[in-house]
Amino acid sequence: MNALDVVASPASNETGYRSFQLGSFSFSRDEYFVRVGWEANGQQLSHKMSADAFLRAVMRDVAWGFFYGWVNFDAMIGTRNLYGKVEFYAGTYNPAYKERGLDHMETFDSRQIMATFKAMLDDWTNEGFDPFAAPDETSKSWLGKKRGHNRGAIERERQACKRMPGLPGDAELRTDENGYPVNRAFADVSQDEPEIHAEPGFENELHAFSLFAYLSRSDVTWNPSVSSVLERSLCCPTTEEYILPIKHGNDRVEWFIQLSDELEWQIEDKNTGAPRAKVIMKAGDVAAMPADIRHQGFSKKRSMLLVWENATPELPQLYESGKLKPYPVEF
Amino acid sequence: MTVEFQTVFGSLQDYAKGELEIINDSPKNYAFSNVFDVASRSAAYEKVVVAINLGYVLETLRAEGTSPWFAAAHDEFAIVMDGEVEVELLKLDAPAVPASKKGTVQLDGSPVGRRMGYVKCKRGHQVLLPQGAAYRFKAARPGVILLQTIEGELSKQKWREICYT
Repeated sequence: MNALDVVASPASNETGYRSFQLGSFSFSRDEYFVRVGWEANGQQLSHKMSADAFLRAVMRDVAWGFFYGWVNFDAMIGTRNLYGKVEFYAGTYNPAYKERGLDHMETFDSRQIMATFKAMLDDWTNEGFDPFAAPDETSKSWLGKKRGHNRGAIERERQACKRMPGLPGDAELRTDENGYPVNRAFADVSQDEPEIHAEPGFENELHAFSLFAYLSRSDVTWNPSVSSVLERSLCCPTTEEYILPIKHGNDRVEWFIQLSDELEWQIEDKNTGAPRAKVIMKAGDVAAMPADIRHQGFSKKRSMLLVWENATPELPQLYESGKLKPYPVEF
Repeated sequence: MTVEFQTVFGSLQDYAKGELEIINDSPKNYAFSNVFDVASRSAAYEKVVVAINLGYVLETLRAEGTSPWFAAAHDEFAIVMDGEVEVELLKLDAPAVPASKKGTVQLDGSPVGRRMGYVKCKRGHQVLLPQGAAYRFKAARPGVILLQTIEGELSKQKWREICYT
């Protein structure tokens, strides 16, 4: 990645933060807010987000490599993953802007937008603020003028296994020793591992682990991480606390299985943001997220959620062309 | 300040199904069910599909007593959601399922192979059911398994009975 692809101003004398340019979009931050600017219909337009909310959203988009489909930072701005290219938009999925031609969207090479987002995240995340953590777990140092960095926190990436964590050559299990202590909100979760009794010669083929113990040691919130792979069928459990920092509009159907506690999903129409449903999930509940909605989760206590994805590359086109219906089953 | 947290898991004996609050949609679009509710109404080791994504499925099985032997031409993964389940594994001498066939297949009687061993799982434990192995479950008391596999001849879809409509 060529560092020249990131267009950044010198640090501001007043706040200490840099401003960034991505295509014709401008990004700046002050003590409280991030401001995004663009031009449409001969008019200068802008949008503000609280800097902590913005950093939490960009953190997910960066860690997930733009994820599947639409990652809305809020009702106005976000990205759409075209897998190699990425759209950034303002107002495109907000009817008030869209209908008046005041929205703006540009398509970027994934590497260029990733480099810009990473530079923004790095510059705008102060020492002591972890945009991957729940508010109760991190400091308020996101507000105010620039002071320090938190590179360790923002350089974590989405963890993925090839087949299943703990197998030889695959993702490691989480332990105190490798830096994954049990989260305070899962202190009561059993850390007992399954008993494996392998016959001689089968030690590497018989495999099991405690998924709940593994999740209790997750050091981040809202970060689906692959824990079993069957061809394109990926189980991606994660631990959730406070609010999902984005509204996810998937380009395919996904499923949620609530493993512990309770989570509420606010469901909106993917294109307009009009409310459609609330899905309140308790332990053991299973629900589909249709391909024509966007969703945002709320979790009072840190909870365990299994996100189940089908990673088949052709799916977005099949849904867009209408060959596949947006919901998974008819009954 | 110490904050006490209590993690709530479900079980066959103690679960609460969540809710759908519909504003402008059909409840069926969410195919909303609960694995403990499904297992409480299932026969032992009946493979009830609770999630489907173009051929891939998650199935809920009620674990009770000893299951038949199963095998598949691909990996499968089981998560024990409630109870204690012992998984016995056998390396098959010859493939029991043609490579092109998807999903779980039930084997008649006792398959021929070498004992790989067994795994004792409690709630929250995940076990690999590797391709090329036959496996069976044993549960002294009723439990619940969530199985990641592909839709096959044993998969039962009964959405109308398990989902909010």
